[in-house]
Amino acid sequence: MIFVHLVRRDLGLALRRPAALALPVIFFILAAALFPFAVGPDHTLLLAIAPGIVWVAALLAALLPVETLVAPDLEDGSLDQLVTRGIALETFAAARLTAHWLAFALPLLAALPVAAILLGTPPVAPLALGLVIGTPALAALALVAASLTAGLRGGGALAGLIILPLALPILIFGVAVDTPGALSLLAASTLVILAIAPFAAAAALRARFDA
Amino acid sequence: MPATPALTVQNLACTRGGRSLFENLDLHLEPASALQIEGRNGAGKSSLLRLLAGLLRPAAGTIANPFTTAFAGHDLALKPNVSLRDELTHWARLDQRTADHVTAALTAFDLMPLADLPVAVLSSGQKHRAALARAHASGAQLWLLDEPGVGLDSASLARLAAAMRAHRATGGIVIAATHADIGLDFPQRLVLA
Repeated sequence: MIFVHLVRRDLGLALRRPAALALPVIFFILAAALFPFAVGPDHTLLLAIAPGIVWVAALLAALLPVETLVAPDLEDGSLDQLVTRGIALETFAAARLTAHWLAFALPLLAALPVAAILLGTPPVAPLALGLVIGTPALAALALVAASLTAGLRGGGALAGLIILPLALPILIFGVAVDTPGALSLLAASTLVILAIAPFAAAAALRARFDA
Repeated sequence: MPATPALTVQNLACTRGGRSLFENLDLHLEPASALQIEGRNGAGKSSLLRLLAGLLRPAAGTIANPFTTAFAGHDLALKPNVSLRDELTHWARLDQRTADHVTAALTAFDLMPLADLPVAVLSSGQKHRAALARAHASGAQLWLLDEPGVGLDSASLARLAAAMRAHRATGGIVIAATHADIGLDFPQRLVLA
């Protein structure tokens, strides 16, 4: 099946560049390590803001590879080859989204206990649950922004501006995951974004072909 | 009389960046035929190939392409840190082709000694041959080749000519944009002014 094959191809390419794979994790842990120094060693304060720090760090980690998410395939003709074969850009976008999520969210979840220790050991389980549900939406937003800005100079900064407002519901519900109803709303926001993203990304890429 | 499947282009017009490149273009290509597209730089040779590959939308006119299509353009679509064989195998899988087809294509373009090297260390001519080998391995009936002879040494040019001849012998079609003779036997010629 083409979708599975494309996901495996993307993961295979990602594994060939372990440094790029490790970068979001290192960034995530660095952010978690810096906050206690910045706000001071007040344990209660750290515990209170830990979910917020984790989510902001996760959002920025999802954004890190945005310039290399789609642009290389547009520039080196890989997308030409897919389109010539009659493979829908939506299929490509859905596969890239899946591979991006697996490549950034799984290492992030693995690093979560480390980040939690640095932030005064908040309960890891609700944080992890929220991240599992919310990170697919972050990956989807990164993909759409990457498709819209592929090949533009300064595309990375523009991608950040596109993503940040759209990521607000994910951040708000993700941080408040203990509150009744927040988890459902987080899941709902993720589903909406996931449903739209492959089509939005494909439409953005298709516009590039006729440019 | 059953109609032979044919690539049919009617009244095709192409506009790039607000400038009209060509209009009222008609083509009719049946299995085993070949078309050589000629013309000065910027005449629209590459754009015509991209139109036929479905990568551009025509400004006017229609393209009816009943054939499976392989496109070898200027962008080689080869990832630098992957071995040549793995790259071709990736695309061959999408074309539902086997490892044997990849080996045959590598052999046809004399790439077997390079098959296990990463693409990054290949010369530009070797990469160019790799892109041609991908079209060969795809099993597509219609080959769209953009400047297939550029950067090839004379031995490779002979291999390209042999591959195109074998492709046409099995009913394949070759459409090539080129300035120089690339060894197509009795092609139709289209000169874009």
